[in-house]
Amino acid sequence: MSFLDTVRHSYQTDIEGIKTTGLFKEERYIHSPQSSEIEVEFPVGAQIKKCINICSNNYLGLSSHPEVIAAAHAGLDTRGYGMSSVRFICGTQDIHRQLERRLSDFLGTEDTLLFPSCMDANAGFFEACLNEQDVMIADRLVHASIVDGMRLCKAMQDTYKHSDMGHLEEKLQEHQDKRFRMVITDGVFSMDGDMAKLAEIVALAEKYNAMVFVDDSHATGFIGKTGRGTHEHCGVFGRIDVITTTLGKALGGASGGCVSGRRELVEMCRQRARPYLFSNAVAPVIVAGALKVLDLISTTTERRDKLEWNARYWRGLLKEAGFDLKDGDTPIVPVMLYDAKLAQDFARDLFDEDVYAVGFFFPVVPKGQARIRTQLSAAHEKHHLDTAIEAFKKVGKKHGILGLGKKELVAKFAA
Amino acid sequence: MDEITKVVRDYIIREYVPEGDDRAITETTPLISGGLVDSFSMVSLLRFLEKKYAIHIPDAAATPEAFDTVESIVALVRQFQKAEVGSV
Repeated sequence: MSFLDTVRHSYQTDIEGIKTTGLFKEERYIHSPQSSEIEVEFPVGAQIKKCINICSNNYLGLSSHPEVIAAAHAGLDTRGYGMSSVRFICGTQDIHRQLERRLSDFLGTEDTLLFPSCMDANAGFFEACLNEQDVMIADRLVHASIVDGMRLCKAMQDTYKHSDMGHLEEKLQEHQDKRFRMVITDGVFSMDGDMAKLAEIVALAEKYNAMVFVDDSHATGFIGKTGRGTHEHCGVFGRIDVITTTLGKALGGASGGCVSGRRELVEMCRQRARPYLFSNAVAPVIVAGALKVLDLISTTTERRDKLEWNARYWRGLLKEAGFDLKDGDTPIVPVMLYDAKLAQDFARDLFDEDVYAVGFFFPVVPKGQARIRTQLSAAHEKHHLDTAIEAFKKVGKKHGILGLGKKELVAKFAA
Repeated sequence: MDEITKVVRDYIIREYVPEGDDRAITETTPLISGGLVDSFSMVSLLRFLEKKYAIHIPDAAATPEAFDTVESIVALVRQFQKAEVGSV
C-alpha cells in the first residue's frame, strides 16, 4: 500500500490533536555530555546556551565519569562494538555473565538476566512467569512499562490504591483461590518520589503467600545506606522475589536493564521472555562501563551520600522559598503547581533563566496534579543549587505562587 | 437511588476514592475523563460487575465511555443482564 494522501491526512489530524491538547513533546538538542551543566539548543536553530540541569536520572553523576568512560573505551577495544546477535545464539560474552553475577551480589539476589532496558524487563517478565491460574496485584501508580507487561500476561490483573496496605490486604484475601499471587510495586515512584512501604508489603506477602515484584529503577545505586535499593532502606534486603532495574539511570545512564531475583524466575525469563529472546545482547561497551560503575559504588558510598545531602538541601531551599512540595525523602522532588498551563509556563520561564526542568501534567500525572519534577544528582555542587533556587524564586514571584498551598494554588489558577 | 446504582456507586467510592479525598461521587461524576479511574485500574470494576451480576461484558463493550459515570455503568449492567436472560 502506498502512503495515500488520506492516510497522511489522518495521521496529521492525530498529530494536530496531540498539539491542541497540549501533549506534544519536543526534543531539545544537547550539545554536551550529560551532567549538572549542559549546553542546550532550544528551540531548534536557537543559539546554544549553558543551563543547570535539574531533571535528569543521572542520580550518581556517573553518566560522564572519566573512569566509566575509560572502562567503556577498554570494553570497546577488547570486546568490540556490537554482538550482532541475541544472547542465546552467539551474543553472550564473558562480561555479560560477569555483570549479571555482580548485579546479583549488589542487589542481594540469586540470579540476574540482562535486558536491553528495564522497559523490556518489565514487558517480558510477567508473561514469562505467570499464567491464567495466577493473579498480579499492582499498586495503581506503577510505571507504564509494568502496566504494558501485565497486559501481555494471561494472569488476572488487579490493583490496589497507591501504597494503601489495607486495600492490598483485601485484594490478597480476595485472591486466595489463585495458584500464585504476585504483589507488584515500584520501589521509588517516579512521579511523586515517594517510596513503597516494602516492609509492610513483604509482611503481607508472607502472610498471604504471595511473591513480591519491585521495579527499583529510581533507587538502585543510591537508596539505602549502601545504595542497594529500596529493599535495603526498608530492611527487607534478600526478601524480594523479583527486582527489575535499569543501567539507564544511576548506574551510568547508558541503557540496559535486568530481572534479578529467584533463580527459577530468572531462568523462566531466559527461556521465555520475548524482549530478551528477540533483542540483541547489551553492547559490550555498556557492559564494560556498568562493571566499572559497580566497582565505583561498591567501594564507597561517597556519591550516594552527596546525593542525599543535595536532595535534603534542595528540598530545604524550595520549602524556605515557599513552594508547595510533595513530601518525600528521595532525590525526586516534585514542585506542585496543579495547573497544567502553569507547569508549562513555569518550565519555559526557568529555561529563560538557564535552568532546565520539565513540567509534567495529565496524562503523565493525574488531572489537577501538574508539577515541575526536579531531580538531584551527585554531580550537582552546592553552587548549582544556590543558582537554581534563585531562578525558581524569580519565576515563582512572577507567577505569584510563593507561599501558596494547594488550595490557594488551585483557586488562583482555576479561572 | 435504585439498588444497582447504589452497589456500583458504593464500590467506586470504596475501590477508587483515596482516603481523605472528600470529592462527592454522583451518578454523573466523570470517573475516567475526570481522572479518578484509569483504564489500568478499571479492570477490577469490570470483574466486580461480572461476578456480582453473573454477566459477561465483552471487551468491545467495556469502553472508557461506557465506564465514565455511575449512570453509564448501570446502563451497561442492565444491557448485559437482559442479554444473559435472552440467551437462556
